[in-house]
Amino acid sequence: MIEPEPPHLRKPPLTTAEKLARLGGIGLILLIAAGAFAYVNGSLDPQRLTPARVVDVFEHSNGVHPGFRRNHPKGICVAGYFDSNGAASALSSAQVFAAGRTPVIGRLALPTGNPYSPDSAAPIRSFAVQFTQPDGQQWRSGMNSMPVFPVGTVEAFVDLLKATAPDPKTGKPDPAKPPAFFAAHPEAQPFLAWVKTARPSASFVTETYNSVNAFVLVDAQGKRQAVRWSLVPAAKGDAPAPDAKDYLQQDLSDKLASGPQRWDLVLTLANPTDPTGDASKAWAGEHKTVNAGTLVVEGDSAQLDGACRDINYDPLVLPSGIEGSDDPLLAARSAAYAASYMRRTSEVGQLEKPPAQEKQP
Amino acid sequence: MSTPTSHFAPLARLLHWLMAVMVIAMLFIGAGMVASVSERHEWLLSLHKPLGIAILLLVIVRLIVRFCTVTPPLPADLPAWQALAAKLSHYLLYALMLAMPLIGWAMISAAGDPVMLSGSIRLPSIVAAHAETFAFLRGAHRYLAYLFFLTILAHLGAALFHGWIRRDEVLDSMLKGRSRGT
Repeated sequence: MIEPEPPHLRKPPLTTAEKLARLGGIGLILLIAAGAFAYVNGSLDPQRLTPARVVDVFEHSNGVHPGFRRNHPKGICVAGYFDSNGAASALSSAQVFAAGRTPVIGRLALPTGNPYSPDSAAPIRSFAVQFTQPDGQQWRSGMNSMPVFPVGTVEAFVDLLKATAPDPKTGKPDPAKPPAFFAAHPEAQPFLAWVKTARPSASFVTETYNSVNAFVLVDAQGKRQAVRWSLVPAAKGDAPAPDAKDYLQQDLSDKLASGPQRWDLVLTLANPTDPTGDASKAWAGEHKTVNAGTLVVEGDSAQLDGACRDINYDPLVLPSGIEGSDDPLLAARSAAYAASYMRRTSEVGQLEKPPAQEKQP
Repeated sequence: MSTPTSHFAPLARLLHWLMAVMVIAMLFIGAGMVASVSERHEWLLSLHKPLGIAILLLVIVRLIVRFCTVTPPLPADLPAWQALAAKLSHYLLYALMLAMPLIGWAMISAAGDPVMLSGSIRLPSIVAAHAETFAFLRGAHRYLAYLFFLTILAHLGAALFHGWIRRDEVLDSMLKGRSRGT
């Protein structure tokens, strides 16, 4: 059988106009493809809220402190374990809830944006915890001592940050902006009512830390139950905070020197009418709770060389048996934490030098 | 096996077009994912990881198929620089198809995160947890993704140049089999 001639030898040559038209067609196809990519990655839309732009807002408000987390940068690493009593294993198939011990690396921190904030700068403390299950899956939870979040969406939260950001001219927030923000955001009322009564605690170990966001527990049969959880302290005390810049770290070391510190992990089961998708709303009324076990903290270490430093406490790092809820803040936290983590891990070399501010009394 | 051919083997063509769709989808998923703070971020991330591992497995199959089948030669009258560019860009595409999933996997490992392919399937870590290593791999994943996309655009542009301007057999060798006219 005779091979036919290659087709292009039989075709009449292209005129210059035809060639230009075809080149233009190819160029147009490539341009459309590149444009679609630029649209998807946000380059064509400077108004779109991206993870990087959320972190930019934090950096704008707080300044850049290289190597530190872009939010809650002042903290202490802690280590210990979770002693599960097995009570929550009926609700979730996660290994962490089977009776027994799960190792924990945690981080106690201040919710400000500056690693050198005075400990009384905010009446809130935070506790981030990483449980590592025997199967290698992890549960990470970033908890705060407030019962509800000020707002329900990342867009509103960014607006709140902007409303309370220092004015570059005066170095202070514009006094007119926060009232305007809160007037436009009535959902912040429960948080505002709580924060009015809140005082900076003298200790990390007497605080209750709340998941604030809702999650879903899934049992071995696939049955789903929405929950929020809290770490409820064994140590009680409401002593006023001392009149000093730094006291939480010393207090924690003193408390740990006298023995391990304990919190009960209490799951609050959502009633059918509870909002799971809005962290600014409390779950009012009677609720069934399950005490899943005890979180025991045995030791602490400075965050600059502690085991918690390189952990991104992304609330959506979850084991099989725990899932995120429909709360939009969860995806926003996960996405923004990843952007913060990307920035700070590229700056860890700059953490070696002790910053000048630390030498101040 | 050793007779010259004018078309890619059917399996090679199947893998090419299947992976073309997967890789392009992957690049758009990745770009959209890192630009989103909504639930879309989670949804795209849950597609990105298993799709990346699927691409890694397929590119290994594809490399074996590539070495075991005869590939059609480039036109004899192709200028030397274009032949060189064709050769190098194909090496680059194969290298990126192999490297990008591995870098993604290594990057999650270096962050100390469990490498979860789904809600319950976990792959082992392939790199020890280390912040600087993560930062390097994360940057590489990003910049190589842009290089990947640009290389694909160049590949597409060159393929159309062969098909519409030069009108040689290069584009047809991947578009169709030998059945027609032989």
